[in-house]
Amino acid sequence: MKLITAVVKPHRLDEIKEALQAFGVHGLTVTEASGYGRQRGHTEVYRGAEYTVDLVPKIRVEVLAEDDDAEQLIEVIVKAARTGKIGDGKVWSLPVETAVRVRTGERGPDAL
Amino acid sequence: MAPAIMLAADAPRLSSANTGFMLICSALVMLMTPGLAFFYGGMVRVKSTLNMLMMSFISLGIVTILWVLYGFSLAFGTGNSLLGWNADWIGLSNVGLTQLWDGYTIPVFVFMVFQLMFAIITPALISGALADRVKFSAWALFVALWATIVYVPVAHWVWGADGWAYKLGVIDFAGGTAVHINAGAAALGVILVIGKRVGFKRDPMRPHSLPLVMLGAGLLWFGWFGFNAGSWLGNDDGVGALMFVNTQVATAAAMLAWLAYEKIRHGAFTTLGAASGAVAGLVAITPSGGAVSPLGAIAVGAIAGVACAAAVGLKFKWGYDDSLDVVGVHMVGGIIGSLLIGFFATGKGQSTATGVFYGDHTFTQLWKQCAGVFAVLAYSLIVSAVLAFLLDRTLGMRVTEDEEISGIDQAEHAETAYDFSGAGGGVAGSLSAPALAAAQNKKVDA
Repeated sequence: MKLITAVVKPHRLDEIKEALQAFGVHGLTVTEASGYGRQRGHTEVYRGAEYTVDLVPKIRVEVLAEDDDAEQLIEVIVKAARTGKIGDGKVWSLPVETAVRVRTGERGPDAL
Repeated sequence: MAPAIMLAADAPRLSSANTGFMLICSALVMLMTPGLAFFYGGMVRVKSTLNMLMMSFISLGIVTILWVLYGFSLAFGTGNSLLGWNADWIGLSNVGLTQLWDGYTIPVFVFMVFQLMFAIITPALISGALADRVKFSAWALFVALWATIVYVPVAHWVWGADGWAYKLGVIDFAGGTAVHINAGAAALGVILVIGKRVGFKRDPMRPHSLPLVMLGAGLLWFGWFGFNAGSWLGNDDGVGALMFVNTQVATAAAMLAWLAYEKIRHGAFTTLGAASGAVAGLVAITPSGGAVSPLGAIAVGAIAGVACAAAVGLKFKWGYDDSLDVVGVHMVGGIIGSLLIGFFATGKGQSTATGVFYGDHTFTQLWKQCAGVFAVLAYSLIVSAVLAFLLDRTLGMRVTEDEEISGIDQAEHAETAYDFSGAGGGVAGSLSAPALAAAQNKKVDA
């Protein structure tokens, strides 16, 4: 199994959700995150004092996938998240040792 | 304060209209203190929101009591040119219900409570400069002492019938010197003693809630009509209405001027700029609104808006931590409003005194204004600095550095302004024994 993590622009969440549903993904986890990449931040002004805000709001989407689906899922997410402008974010995957469905105790791919 | 309105040969009689109006004005001025609390509260970081609110609210408690006990007597009794006295007003123990404020059409009680609201908000104004770092007990004591030895005498100088500034002819309609320069200079005196916030100029300290700031500014603007128009103590000659109009006009001009300055200098029209500009205009028209014309009010507001917008940057250049710009807005705005009377007074409002641009084009009134401004500024700055120094040496003015960094709300008030945890994460759901014990221990330490 693989854990696919995407850190992307918050307003792309709906597109990503729809694309994943269309692909047949049954669950995902979303957290609010902040960070920066090449986009860096922006400048804010308060009574003339300029602050560089370099941590910009992002969302982190996490999906567990079977090994065979992982590459395709990553493509789906990247396509849905892309605006073509700087700051679109990153998607990566990691191997997962095991997963357990809490309610039933099913393990491995059955738990997805 | 207004000279007595004498109708024909009659002595003034109680006016229900003026009395009702003044009671409403008193309530309006009362609302300014919570308004100020939100104005300041939104400007600090999340971790000191409650402390900022409380620094204003505590003044509603402390000053009310001491005003009744002795403050009103010492400020507005007939004493000498420096301080008043009236034994009947100690504890308000011997004031008749329909006894009139001398020369006016409203009862002494009404005048007393109206002035009380001014005495409450003036120390509260100072708190903005002291954000994030002052021990609450020390602040509470400071409020009581400052109201007694700074506000009370200065109010007497400026508004007491035998106060020296009043007799000299210094014009201060509603408190440009007694309230704003007084509070601004005090703020400067205190911060020079207690020093900067941890991380000043190094850490970003952006306002945590600009909507709260706008709400506070709106409440201040609304309440200020009572503060300003009410300061004529009645409406029999239209001067109060002139003041009401000028309050609106100058505030509008100052807000626009601050926004324009900001757009040119920093590239954006900010909400904080709009709120700050409005307050700068309100401050500047406070002393001057009864003396200038509506066009003059536009000039006063516009000049104050630009000057205060420029002045708030000085703290970074000179390195004093006027956290929420009490000096930059209230002291500077108060000075500008007070001095501009010397230029823009038409002689057709509250008195016949004219400024440089009107009448005989003399500087007479300007010099009087300078005297008032300088005296209040110097007295408040020095006495406040000494007071802060003494409190710092005895009680200690500041919380510890650890407490300041982790947040004064938790250290001084044992509370948090906002619960950000959707799942109640980390907060013990009930008063568990260890939690109670920890809270009690903490209190003993602090």
